[in-house]
Amino acid sequence: MPHPTPAAEAADTFPRLLQYLAATRGEDTALQEKRYGIWVPVTFQAYASRVRDFAHGLASLGVRRGELVAVLGDNRPEWLIAELASQSIGAVVVGIYPTSIGEELLHILTLGRVRVVVAEDQEQVDKLVRLVQERDNAPAHDGSLLVEKVVYYDPHGLEEYDEPYLEHFVDLEAHGRAWGEQHPGWFEEQVDAGNTQDVAVICTTSGTTSRPKLAELTHANLIAMARHLMAIDPIGHQDRYVSFLPFAWIGEQMLAVACGLTRGFTISFPESSSTQRHDLREIGPDVMFSPPRIWESMLSEVQVRIDEAGRLKRAVFGWGFGIGERVAERRIQGKPVGALRLLYLVADQVALRPVRDQLGLARLDRGYTGGAPLGPDVFRFFHSIGVNLKQIYGQTEICGLAVVHRDDDISFNTVGTPLPETDIAIAEDGEILLRSASVLRGYHRNPEASAAAVDADGWLHTGDAGYLDQHGHLVVIDRKKDVLSTADGTKYSSAFIENKLKFSPYVEEAVALPTDDVMTAIITIDPMTTGSWAEGERLTYTTYADLAGKSEVQELLAEEVHRANEDLPEAIRVRRFLLLHKQFDPDDDEVTRTRKVRRNVIAERYADLITALAEGRDEVTVHTTVTYQDGSKVDRSTTLGIYSMDGYHEPEGRSRRPVWSGRR
Amino acid sequence: MVTRAYQHPLNSSAVPVGAPLLEVDSVSLRFGGVVALREVSLSVAQGDIHAVIGPNGAGKSSLLNCISGLYHPQDGAITLHTGEDGRSHALTSLPPHRIARLGVARSFQNIELFHGLTVLENLMLGRHIHMRKNVLASLLWFGPARRQELEQRPLVEEVIDLLALQPYRHKPVGALAYGIQKRVELGRALCIQPSLLLLDEPMAGMNSEEKEDMARYILDVNELAGVSVVLIEHDMAVVMDVSNRVSVLDFGRLIADGTPETVKADPAVVEAYLGAEEH
Repeated sequence: MPHPTPAAEAADTFPRLLQYLAATRGEDTALQEKRYGIWVPVTFQAYASRVRDFAHGLASLGVRRGELVAVLGDNRPEWLIAELASQSIGAVVVGIYPTSIGEELLHILTLGRVRVVVAEDQEQVDKLVRLVQERDNAPAHDGSLLVEKVVYYDPHGLEEYDEPYLEHFVDLEAHGRAWGEQHPGWFEEQVDAGNTQDVAVICTTSGTTSRPKLAELTHANLIAMARHLMAIDPIGHQDRYVSFLPFAWIGEQMLAVACGLTRGFTISFPESSSTQRHDLREIGPDVMFSPPRIWESMLSEVQVRIDEAGRLKRAVFGWGFGIGERVAERRIQGKPVGALRLLYLVADQVALRPVRDQLGLARLDRGYTGGAPLGPDVFRFFHSIGVNLKQIYGQTEICGLAVVHRDDDISFNTVGTPLPETDIAIAEDGEILLRSASVLRGYHRNPEASAAAVDADGWLHTGDAGYLDQHGHLVVIDRKKDVLSTADGTKYSSAFIENKLKFSPYVEEAVALPTDDVMTAIITIDPMTTGSWAEGERLTYTTYADLAGKSEVQELLAEEVHRANEDLPEAIRVRRFLLLHKQFDPDDDEVTRTRKVRRNVIAERYADLITALAEGRDEVTVHTTVTYQDGSKVDRSTTLGIYSMDGYHEPEGRSRRPVWSGRR
Repeated sequence: MVTRAYQHPLNSSAVPVGAPLLEVDSVSLRFGGVVALREVSLSVAQGDIHAVIGPNGAGKSSLLNCISGLYHPQDGAITLHTGEDGRSHALTSLPPHRIARLGVARSFQNIELFHGLTVLENLMLGRHIHMRKNVLASLLWFGPARRQELEQRPLVEEVIDLLALQPYRHKPVGALAYGIQKRVELGRALCIQPSLLLLDEPMAGMNSEEKEDMARYILDVNELAGVSVVLIEHDMAVVMDVSNRVSVLDFGRLIADGTPETVKADPAVVEAYLGAEEH
């Protein structure tokens, strides 16, 4: 039974938006995925029809309104089909980061009382099979894990599995189609019964301090956010967008789903994570939203590649970058470019555009960064090469977005001004409060946390400390509990120091640790840039730990810390640091899945190191237990040197290194 | 195309699993006075990973070369069953290209790829026995010749997916790491849609991580795609892990043949090969 063409304004839930797009622009490409080397398009009509089949399939499994369906996998069209199908029948989708393992996975599945999980491939199915086996083998299981169906969409390697609860995605679609023929009109009823206040998506909070909470976001929340964003930054329906960050992250839901369906632009999925950058360049997106680590890694890539280029290319780029920097300075303040225009035209052609093109940013109208603070210097770099990069401030609890830079009013130290119809207030203790139509309905099965997050007047208590500057821009200092004050009472944030350190291409992560008298830091080096530096210096090394332990690398990093210190107020300069023998890893809980440092875990795990830093010892020995795959355990001890910046003198004849190069 | 499952079978042998696919019967090969193989007999069953091991100079590569037609043994017979209407082919007198047409694909101990061509182009070359257009049409790459290449592409892409070669698709082979080149060579052999895959030391010169990857891919090729494999390998741990059957050669003679467990326990094998390390 054909659905009557809905009117645009009646399309106020995602399923109704999809119906509207299928009816009005059915032949346009909704999704495209590079599969077996070829971009395979899916039209809105085909998209809607697969959603309908899968929704019927879910119904045949007994999924009811309000129930949670979990999706665990990388970005593929099936992810969105499962999401829209769930929403069509009034169920809710909860995304799980594909890198999640054991405990985290169990936490979300039990908290959400999930019965049906859509998993990508053998890797994800294996995790679920293990959980289900553990449940079935435990006689006194508490019955909290309710998983009874696992639907997979990549069948490779699963041919031999005989678990009765596994089902192939296309098989469920086929069942759904048959079920739908027996229940004509049911799907339309379900879509019509949808309410804008129904929960559409559940996103996990990043959980830097505790286990993730499940934030319930309604259709109205998400669509309001998309409309507000597009009121200031219009996105055309023919714009290109590449979806490569996890759908479990609010940022991806925000652009790919909320903006995607509100505007109806094409979402492209890369072939695999290893070809992401290549596919990004092939598509050339018009709009992009990434956390700082993506932008930082792009800058590192430019730095490494420029340093490998010949003298002439370096000189040309250096000149072009200088022009770009001056033009960017005027542009972001909304001033006319003036006489530089002609010179900029040349610089753009010979130096800047090629770099943008290599990064896949040649067509980018707007790039957004959010989720964590991005260092002002990285910001400046992207503007100088002609990328309109803007900071977003928001939280999962407000659909990821509340405050953003305007095109002609960008300041590298702020996060911009509030979206239309978004109120902002600063509480007496400095906490940022936000209020808009996008504030979450509550946390799933956690009324205490919900009450603590949103007060009676609808203000969302963000837990961040900040202030409004004289231009009305919001400046975020840090998480409220992480804000520190120096001996003289100035408030500062460890993130500010860490970002200064992280601006060095050799620093991957930095954790600033104030002690009673001085500031210290634990630094992890970036293996790619530091490794290529070591090669250039003809230093041989074997493993990451070996590289990080080299005294030459320590000297190199000391110089970087010295530079960072030059930009820091006297009281919070880093006086001592050590280079960690390993990178922070989400599997070790040291960083979240979105790569935010968990300070409490670091404080606990590296307590010995932190004490040694505080006491100003020369070195410290760490003991680690390595468990091999065969179960044998070995104790390893590594001695890490502590570098003191007291009496540090910069080597003679060093000039300040340009932003775009690791060399001097 | 909605499902993600592969659409093209890579195994072209119709022999039922467990039935003999290749039979080597009393094969002897001499180079002048040097005897490379002395009355070697063995049988490879469909669906197996059949390892051939032995010390240096034992005649392992010579045996493979006899099967693929590069050498012609003076005595004995090699028979390939293709399973179509119960047909069998005597391989000893056939030239290599005819044997390749029967679906016997191989990789070499030293990488034999076209280094200036991309991964994709090298893999497309594996399809050439399935292409029928003449030289002129192919050179000009118009009409039917072009269409024919497009028809072959989906299978090649499935091989790329199976071996996770996507990031290298358009890179010239010469610029790739050794382990990746070996994988490309395996891929080219798979593109033939083999009835039997001969791998000559696919893991030689690799570090343990690359070896582990390669072992995984060989198992995938065997278990998922159903291709029977004859494998020459030096790393005993790998051989014992991946193969269902092992034949041991020493100075051109077959000294043991059986499951990995029985071969490992065979005193003659320990003497000739395994025990040698302990002396």
